[in-house]
Amino acid sequence: MKRIFSVLVENRSGVLSKVSGLFARRSFNIDSLAVGETNDPDVSCMTIVSSGSKQTMEQIEKQLNKKLDVIKIKSFENWQSVTRELILIKLRYNKSNREEILSVCSLANAEVVDAGKRTMMIQMCDTPEKVQMLLDLLSGISIVEVARTGTLALQRCVDMEK
Amino acid sequence: MNGADAVAKCLELQGVTTVYGYPGVAICPVYDSLLDTKIHSVLVRSEANAAHAASGEARISGKPGVCICTSGPGSTNLITGIATAYMDSIPLVCITGQVNSDLIGGDVFQEADITGAAESFVKYSYLVRKASDIPRIFKEAFHIASTGRRGPVLIDIPFDIQNQELRRFEWPEEVNLRTYKPTYYGNPMQIRKVVTALEACKRPVLYTGGGVHLCGARALVREFSEKFNIPVVSTMMGIGTMPSNHPLYMGMAGNNGNLAANKAIADSDAVILVGARIADRAVNAPQKMMANKVLIHIDVDPAEIGKNAKCDLPIVGDAKAIFEEMVKQEIDIPDLSEWVGSLQKVRNGKSRAVAPKKLVDPGYFVNVLSSHMEKDAVYVADVGQNQIWSCSNVIMQEGRFLTSGGMGTMGYALPAAIGAKMADPRRQVVSVSGDGGFQMAMMELATSNQENLDLKHVVMNNGELGMVREAQHFSFNDRYTMVDLKGGPDYDQLAKAYRMKYLKLESNADVETVVEKFLKTKGSVLLEVMVDEDGIVRKTGGAK
Repeated sequence: MKRIFSVLVENRSGVLSKVSGLFARRSFNIDSLAVGETNDPDVSCMTIVSSGSKQTMEQIEKQLNKKLDVIKIKSFENWQSVTRELILIKLRYNKSNREEILSVCSLANAEVVDAGKRTMMIQMCDTPEKVQMLLDLLSGISIVEVARTGTLALQRCVDMEK
Repeated sequence: MNGADAVAKCLELQGVTTVYGYPGVAICPVYDSLLDTKIHSVLVRSEANAAHAASGEARISGKPGVCICTSGPGSTNLITGIATAYMDSIPLVCITGQVNSDLIGGDVFQEADITGAAESFVKYSYLVRKASDIPRIFKEAFHIASTGRRGPVLIDIPFDIQNQELRRFEWPEEVNLRTYKPTYYGNPMQIRKVVTALEACKRPVLYTGGGVHLCGARALVREFSEKFNIPVVSTMMGIGTMPSNHPLYMGMAGNNGNLAANKAIADSDAVILVGARIADRAVNAPQKMMANKVLIHIDVDPAEIGKNAKCDLPIVGDAKAIFEEMVKQEIDIPDLSEWVGSLQKVRNGKSRAVAPKKLVDPGYFVNVLSSHMEKDAVYVADVGQNQIWSCSNVIMQEGRFLTSGGMGTMGYALPAAIGAKMADPRRQVVSVSGDGGFQMAMMELATSNQENLDLKHVVMNNGELGMVREAQHFSFNDRYTMVDLKGGPDYDQLAKAYRMKYLKLESNADVETVVEKFLKTKGSVLLEVMVDEDGIVRKTGGAK
């Protein structure tokens, strides 16, 4: 099973390594990890997507809770949350495939954010599944570089209000 | 007042009387400041042993042990001791010197990223950034080490911070950490469910681990067992929960445990596991073992519950607080005398025959030694075959059995015995090691001398690394390698070198008299017990 952990941590040096080290040390998977400051500068939010057995998912939450730099953990399934990922793709293009690229972009709601004579950069922000779809659609085209943020997620409002 | 003075003052305020360590330039300010306090600094001979000694002290005093070492190699040497304490949940506060803060990251002389290196073996760690943080950090560190699931906390202090002036020493009244609120009291609803579960079962058993000793719940667990006539078995770390001859005590369970204890678990319909983590050596194949019975798991660390076996009824909290409630419960428990009787029959059925083999039967020796020890004596067992001989044959009264359970760190016994003796000089302390583990720690005989300690040390000498040799016998077709310890030393000469008395035991016939002499002799004594190199622990269940 896949599970998303939204982990509020003390915004101190070394915390990222403590949390990622815990995953390495106990052989927990990290499918993706994204970190950023919250509205409170003393607090960072780590969004960690992991997969494994139900028991492993339980252990991840319990072991994270033992870390003294972890303030709070929320964990949820994909459908209980809004998930987003940002991707930047740099492509090599030419006259013959330019139109095709642009039509893929409009299909996927991606936009061209930078371009040169031979390369262009595409940006897309959507669910991780759609981001993957865009990459698949562009697989026939020569991709130069890709950067992705990893999944960001917050629990759905109605679920939180319950 | 500078940072180092603040460290000394914090230790005083925490009631620390003894610290164990090894100096280096990077920690000199702290040791200098300690000179102006009543705190006694014990100079060990190798840093890991500072942590082991602090561990021995902590396990007897119930308060965090403190060790202080220097930067770089001093701190990395300490890691084995820290990891050993971490695996057995022993409260320690470990202080290390660090290079000047502006040099950190520059790979300067004796620099090591110790907070990074020790991360997976500590409950928490601090790298002190300014001297004014020292009072808060120390207050927090002692709190973290000694509450919840106990464990080591590391404080790394750069040299310049030790020398930095503090305008004000602000000692916090209490600790308030938003990320750390361990559960102390058990949930009353869960306790009531345990009552209901116990009323419904016919063959309950209490399975006690090291947590019972760590939180001082021994008397309460006994009271509970006696009040409701529930038999008790223990893990290796739980040895001493009950006196060995207690009618309700069935012994140590697990791979190396005895028949009655393992039968108690196997035949039970409800297991109350207290302060134990279902370790692989204690419960083999836990899912299978715990099937078809109600597993009630009492532990302060919620992560241990359900980690290795499916738990039916968890209670998170301090075992002492929980058993204070449990003994007050009115439980309409069925008559358990038949169940207890059937286990007692197994326990009493087979008395241990002294193996008529050459040299000394180590199990018999442990039996005699422990039964001659004082009532509240501390038995410190090392690691290897000797540990198995010790834990499966030791006779406990009101004393303690200390050993490195989780980590299995060779060389633990000697320094831990030093710490235990420092914690309570009135008590008799005996360390029992094999010749392998003893050689990893024997430099600490000098420490013991320097502190004028009256310690009794046993070396079971077979000139081999017996446990590995045994594995090579069973799994590698007797292709022995790396297990021969015939290089010495001569233990009589060693005892002489360290100005100790020396005794030797070579046959079963002399065990009683030599043990008596060993324990009665004033001052430190080294007893060399000759055991057979072909000795096997795998099949010996032990007597009691």
